[in-house]
Amino acid sequence: MMSFLVVHRISHTYFTEKTAITALDNVSLSIEKGEFVSFLGPSGCGKTTLLSIIASLIQPTEGTVMLEGEKIHSIHPSVGYMLQQDYLFPWKTIQENLFLGLKIMGIDTAERRKNALSLLERIGLQGTEHYYPQQLSGGMRQRAALVRTLATDPKILLLDEPFSALDYQTKLKLEELVWQTLKDYGKTALLVTHDIGEAIAMSDRIFLFSAKPGRLVRTFLVPGELRQLSPLDARKHPLFSELFQFLWKELDSLETAK
Amino acid sequence: MKQQNNRIDVLHRRYVASLRKEKRYVRFYQLLIFVAFFALWEAASHYRWVDPLLFSSPSAIWALFIKKLADGSLLVHSSVTLFETVLGFVLGTLLGTCLATLLWWFPRFSKIADPYLVILNAMPKVALGPILIVALGPSFSSIIAMGTVISVIITTIVVYTSFREVDPNYLKVLQTFGASRFQCFKEAVLPASFPTIISTLKVNVGLSWVGVIVGEFLVSKQGLGYMIIYGFQVFQFTLVLLSLLIIAFLATVMYQIVAFIEKKLIKNR
Ligand SMILES: Nc1ncnc2c1ncn2[C@@H]1O[C@H](COP(=O)(O)OP(=O)(O)O)[C@@H](O)[C@H]1O
Ligand SMILES: [Mg+2]
Repeated sequence: MMSFLVVHRISHTYFTEKTAITALDNVSLSIEKGEFVSFLGPSGCGKTTLLSIIASLIQPTEGTVMLEGEKIHSIHPSVGYMLQQDYLFPWKTIQENLFLGLKIMGIDTAERRKNALSLLERIGLQGTEHYYPQQLSGGMRQRAALVRTLATDPKILLLDEPFSALDYQTKLKLEELVWQTLKDYGKTALLVTHDIGEAIAMSDRIFLFSAKPGRLVRTFLVPGELRQLSPLDARKHPLFSELFQFLWKELDSLETAK
Repeated sequence: MKQQNNRIDVLHRRYVASLRKEKRYVRFYQLLIFVAFFALWEAASHYRWVDPLLFSSPSAIWALFIKKLADGSLLVHSSVTLFETVLGFVLGTLLGTCLATLLWWFPRFSKIADPYLVILNAMPKVALGPILIVALGPSFSSIIAMGTVISVIITTIVVYTSFREVDPNYLKVLQTFGASRFQCFKEAVLPASFPTIISTLKVNVGLSWVGVIVGEFLVSKQGLGYMIIYGFQVFQFTLVLLSLLIIAFLATVMYQIVAFIEKKLIKNR
């Protein structure tokens, strides 16, 4: 039985007139259905590149990506992507922003609209449908962006440092909310982060990347006790700081190895 | 607590009053300059500090204004010019935006066209006047063409630049939903560039007036530009100055209308 998502021997080089930068070197990994995994590594190690390749936004120089046993060649409706900042369109109301994906995909039905709006309510943004994005706070906007991504009902969610632009308190609250929402809807999720704590608190497995060129160095399984707990509770568990120290040393040794 | 609120209320009222006072002050001086200018002009002409044949006088211009208004000719000339200008301005903006769209849609075309755009932009467009008149005939179509040509290239360049400067992350959001190039244009590129397009409208108002007046100089049949040339030829500078004042008035009104549209359209940014 093949895994839900398989990344097979992906390498990617960016070419410019003067340079050829190898962002990813021979990365292979697989993710199971319903799993929550994190890509952890220093900035510049190719995390965004790998996410863009999985989403088919760019074609890799080498290698293949397979979703549910099929090669993906072009943008796939089962893949949802959320950027570092919300990128809600400022000239559209929150509601128009939420329906954007549905409109683009041509699946703009009354039922899906209703689902999107109930998701908005669930995530604590009821009553903001007719607001413009600049009337909301950063955390609220990022939540609205999550709803926009989930509105098209993707099977796997790619999250590219979605909390890094927020203040610490908002970030903790959002981690909790996103984690709970994705669990409730049974989504597979792939989180990119350079925050060790966030990776441990949220995920089932952690892929550790090194930079220049980007390589997958190790994979860590988060202990079952932590996996069960929500991010806030996981952060309070004794195992959390233990794993934190451990990953910290790993990351540190990667940097000093240079 | 209540006292505190009262105090803030009083301070706020005082602040609003000071704002109003400042506004009245500015208005007063604006009006003063207006009145002083025309009074001084009238006096200068009356006491022959300046040659009244050349500089006329506000009273003479006013008398001519009433006369031309009564015989209907002023209305005809003004509306002809206004019609040509509005059309030239709308066509210039639309055409420029369409050209910018083409450049955005076909990146290779834009690379090829780049030096030619620079040349066309640098060239004084009014120099095309005689050619346009021969090609389109000495009628209002060649005048409208002048009003259009003068603004189309600069509109193309400015709008295309703004198309390209749209944050690529908005396009990325759309692409993750599988958007086509047309959808990217319609949902992100065009709406994000609306403020720029509107601000080129403001510039184009001025440009179109230049194009149309020069066109009317050349065609010399009708319009405020014709009135200027005619007044110049028969040495009736009262007529020239009357036309000038009407042009200034109409151009200002048009500019204000565009500014009003701008405020309405881009209130949410
Ligand atoms: N469009 C691009 N053109 C050239 N080089 C790029 C481009 N995007 C990323 N890179 C390079 O690829 C490497 C990995 O980038 P990225 O995937 O953004 O890393 P991360 O998301 O982990 O910070 C970096 O060295 C970066 O400079
Ligand atoms: Mg990145």
